[in-house]
Amino acid sequence: MPMRPSKEWVAIKMAERGGRGSGGHGSLDKSITLPPDEIFRNLENAKRFAIDIGGSLTKLAYYSTVQHKVARVRSFDHSGKDIEHEPLYEISVQEEITARLHFIKFENTYIETCLDFIKDHLVNTETKVIKATGGGAYKFKDLIEKKLGLKVDKEDVMTCLIKGCNFVLKNIPHEVFAYQKDSDTEFRFQTNHPNIFPYLLVNIGSGVSIVKVETEDKFEWIGGSSIGGGTFWGLGALLTKTKKFDELLQLASKGQHTNVDMLVKDVYGGAYQTLGLSGNLIASSFGKSTTADKEFSKEDMAKSLLHMISNDIGQLACLYAKLHNLDKIYFGGFFIRGHPVTMRTITYSINFFSKGEVQALFLRHEGYLGAIGAFLKGAEQDNPNQYSWGENYAGSSGLMSTSPDVFPMQRTRSGTFDMFEMDRLERPLVNLPLLKDPSTYIPDTVDLTDDAMARKYWLTCFEEALDGVAKRAAASQPDSIDASERAEKFRQKYWNKLQTLRQQPFAYGTLTVRSLLDTREHCLNEFNFPDPYSKVKQKENGIALKCFQSVIESLDSLGWEERQFALVKGLLAGNVFDWGAKAVSDVLESEPQFGFEEAKSKLQERPWLEDSYSQWLERLKEGPPHKCALIFADNSGIDIILGVFPFVRELLSRGTEVILACNSGPALNDVTYSESLIVTERIAAMDPVIHRLDKGLAVLVRERETDLVIIEGMGRAIHTNYYAALKCESLKLAVIKNSWLADRLGGKIFSVIFKYEVPCK
Amino acid sequence: YKLVNLKVFPWFGLDIGGTLVKLVYFEPKDITAEEEEEEVENLKSIRKYLTSNVAYGSTGIRDVHLELKDLTLCGRKGNLHFIRFPTHDMPAFIQMGSEKHFSSLHTTLCATGGGAYKFEQDFRTMGDLQLCKLDELDCLIKGVLYIDSVGFNGRSECYYFENPTDAERCQKLPFNLENPYPLLLVNIGSGVSILAVYSKENYKRVTGTSLGGGTFFGLCCLLTGCSTFEEALEMASHGDSTKVDKLVRDIYGGDYERFGLPGWAVASSFGNMMSKEKRESVSKEDLARATLVTITNNIGSIARMCALNENINRVVFVGNFLRINTISMRLLAYALDYWSKGQLKALFLEHEGYFGAVGALLELLGSA
Repeated sequence: MPMRPSKEWVAIKMAERGGRGSGGHGSLDKSITLPPDEIFRNLENAKRFAIDIGGSLTKLAYYSTVQHKVARVRSFDHSGKDIEHEPLYEISVQEEITARLHFIKFENTYIETCLDFIKDHLVNTETKVIKATGGGAYKFKDLIEKKLGLKVDKEDVMTCLIKGCNFVLKNIPHEVFAYQKDSDTEFRFQTNHPNIFPYLLVNIGSGVSIVKVETEDKFEWIGGSSIGGGTFWGLGALLTKTKKFDELLQLASKGQHTNVDMLVKDVYGGAYQTLGLSGNLIASSFGKSTTADKEFSKEDMAKSLLHMISNDIGQLACLYAKLHNLDKIYFGGFFIRGHPVTMRTITYSINFFSKGEVQALFLRHEGYLGAIGAFLKGAEQDNPNQYSWGENYAGSSGLMSTSPDVFPMQRTRSGTFDMFEMDRLERPLVNLPLLKDPSTYIPDTVDLTDDAMARKYWLTCFEEALDGVAKRAAASQPDSIDASERAEKFRQKYWNKLQTLRQQPFAYGTLTVRSLLDTREHCLNEFNFPDPYSKVKQKENGIALKCFQSVIESLDSLGWEERQFALVKGLLAGNVFDWGAKAVSDVLESEPQFGFEEAKSKLQERPWLEDSYSQWLERLKEGPPHKCALIFADNSGIDIILGVFPFVRELLSRGTEVILACNSGPALNDVTYSESLIVTERIAAMDPVIHRLDKGLAVLVRERETDLVIIEGMGRAIHTNYYAALKCESLKLAVIKNSWLADRLGGKIFSVIFKYEVPCK
Repeated sequence: YKLVNLKVFPWFGLDIGGTLVKLVYFEPKDITAEEEEEEVENLKSIRKYLTSNVAYGSTGIRDVHLELKDLTLCGRKGNLHFIRFPTHDMPAFIQMGSEKHFSSLHTTLCATGGGAYKFEQDFRTMGDLQLCKLDELDCLIKGVLYIDSVGFNGRSECYYFENPTDAERCQKLPFNLENPYPLLLVNIGSGVSILAVYSKENYKRVTGTSLGGGTFFGLCCLLTGCSTFEEALEMASHGDSTKVDKLVRDIYGGDYERFGLPGWAVASSFGNMMSKEKRESVSKEDLARATLVTITNNIGSIARMCALNENINRVVFVGNFLRINTISMRLLAYALDYWSKGQLKALFLEHEGYFGAVGALLELLGSA
């Protein structure tokens, strides 16, 4: 498989028409049509347009509804039927409509062509107004009104910026990052803090604006500086005769400022050490160019200018932060936008002037803030702020996809499109109330952005599994004629995403096993494969249910202590059945007979890799029954039915209530909420111990005074929550079905993790 | 008293900065005939050389207008002379000291500024002189307090601009700095140091910036090809910075009311220079003026923020950047007054850049 540099749309050729100096806008070469499903997606249903036109880039925003397929399961009415040969439940694929926000960024040169394109593809005409912001909004007002037939409604730049900033801070995990130079991954993403206010936004456009944001609607311009991006550009152009901002930055990154600046050591000679000063500090910017006789290189002057401006901005930002008692400073504006050079110098400056007390923070979607804000202004009646939105990895280009530093070729070709899409989430995500410290909770055990070895391994892992997933996806829709074509498109798209992540692990925030899985789900959904494993799950659930009673009987025949161990072993053996693990899916594909007993025999003998079984047994023996246990189940079929349910049954018979939590949407062969309902119903019919409750999880957890949380499976117990500390007792168990991970943890494949924890008092 | 009297002449104070060397020389006027008799020849020759000239070599200059007359220092009466020359001529200066057998006078040479460290070795090897190195900030503050207390030949050393925001009514007026504390002292040399002074002994360096006099002059040299600070200032005085800078009104057509920004405020220094046409239409004078305005406003802005953070409302600006630089002084006065809504006052001192050297001299005499 060849390595691909980036997204599909790289291949889209744009040709400039019209003379360069004449100010003519470039246009798309009409012979190559712009594929609507790749750039201006879902235009047919688009409404509520907003546009942010900056000095060189245009950002367009719109809202659309997306029709996509969802898999539904429905129980059959089994009364009086031969249930032996019928499937357990019926699977149907239905259409569902969800809301999506689209943001597209392109160079101003293409604005006319893009407007034409939008006009041609816009079906819905209920939209009358387009919200506009940015310095260029005025300049292009007539053009927009003429082309789109929409009334341009101007919005204040700073208001939009702040609104957009609040929105991404609230909705996008890993939106914020700190820049670290000289580290393997230069981007250090921050976990979202539940409370985003107050903060300081330093917007470095041609000048600098410093805004203090206190609440959603309350912000104040507290200061600014005229020494900003325009100074770098303007003064830089005068000094170096280099016209373009990007080229100036390129020059700066190659220069030596010490040839132009007067350093402390130049003033003090070699003796500065005695003063406790660093000799490399700049005493006077351009202090060495105070002569008419000497020539200075463009690179050196550009570098000196960059340092001068970055230091100055950093110093002022620190002074304002100190005066207003703020420690979070976000930087934005074209001076920063996607330029590691400026992020580095600003970070250095903030560190220096705040003595490390304040951190310079940057935003992944900084370039979109104005467009998002303008859009939100226009969509106030839809009240997007009351919903939760999530980044769609399939439809978003990722950080720095157009950065000259990452893709020098791409930038020079000019005319690239960067996209960002957000889906409305069905329900807002909240933290489990049982978390010990929600503000420090990191739902990922390994940071793959940081850990190059692990990153390599997992990317390869996902690559190797891809063909199988694509095949499974095609097979899940045997009646659809284009299933294999879509499956191939999915394969291609996810493959490209994985290649992008190899080059830019930071593209979508912290790279984790979880985000790789999410990206795969987003790509599957993109091509209408809502649940590729639905059929497999259906079959496995049916088979497992048939064995339920005999498993229960054999458990019941055991003595108490023996039974406890058999239950745990059953739980672990059940967890072997995971299509997500290549080692297992290979076995399951080739040995259809592979069953519960075979799985048990694969398990590691005690002592396990992580083994607190004795403490757990002790707890059961000595302690009072738990009030309520919350169990996060993993796979469908044998895992939930023969592993989890007998365990649940035992807890219930001890007088412990049980809340069973399952995924709301499909992910590989994980059991979904709706499948679990059917399974539970069927088991309840066989076993009177089991009956059902249905309420919002967080509410239920509180109401029932949950005092035990059981987390099962590699995904939840190892990749994500291995280190998560809870307020109550917890049991994390999983079978390691992957030799690399086993190796890393010091064990072998099919090693067992059984981690029982009691919070310290 | 007796001990002090033992201090042998000549009395010098030296401040060796990044760009300029500042030298103060106390010329005793009460020399008795007996003393004159005893006075060694080369001491006499140094005194003659310094007091009978106003320029030394091609670059040394005595600021005659700053001379303090009939000063009593350590029981001696005399005049204090203020001399400056570029730091790059330091080797020649040491050479001259060597030729005039300065070391045979058995006096101590007190020096401050970074150059006291940088040139210490040269003084020792070339001039056979042991420098007494002194802390830059200590000297600066001692010098300021001393000169302000003795006054400027009967006039006030300290002054301010009344009505700085009104070009017509703006005028320079004396300021009584009798109770100086607390004050923010902003020393603008090649770079800038900002000190918060709470008492004679209690002060701290708040911050500094590398955008100072050296930046103005350095950028002017690159942008206009000028070769002296005076030339750069002269050009600036004939230029128009609004052709170079992008103002608030250039962006918003007038005031930006949302943020209470007046239309005349600079939104982006050199912002108009992003455009090729405008780059081609500005003069060297415009560029020099814009450079001066940019650097000055920035210093004003940082000083204002420090004053607010330190809760100090008097800001004293010193340093040679302000020499013959009324444009910057008035701009600083204006900016501080305007942006603080009249809460902050910008003060200036007549002896601008010489306080470090004065402080060094005072250290020599142990009278400070």
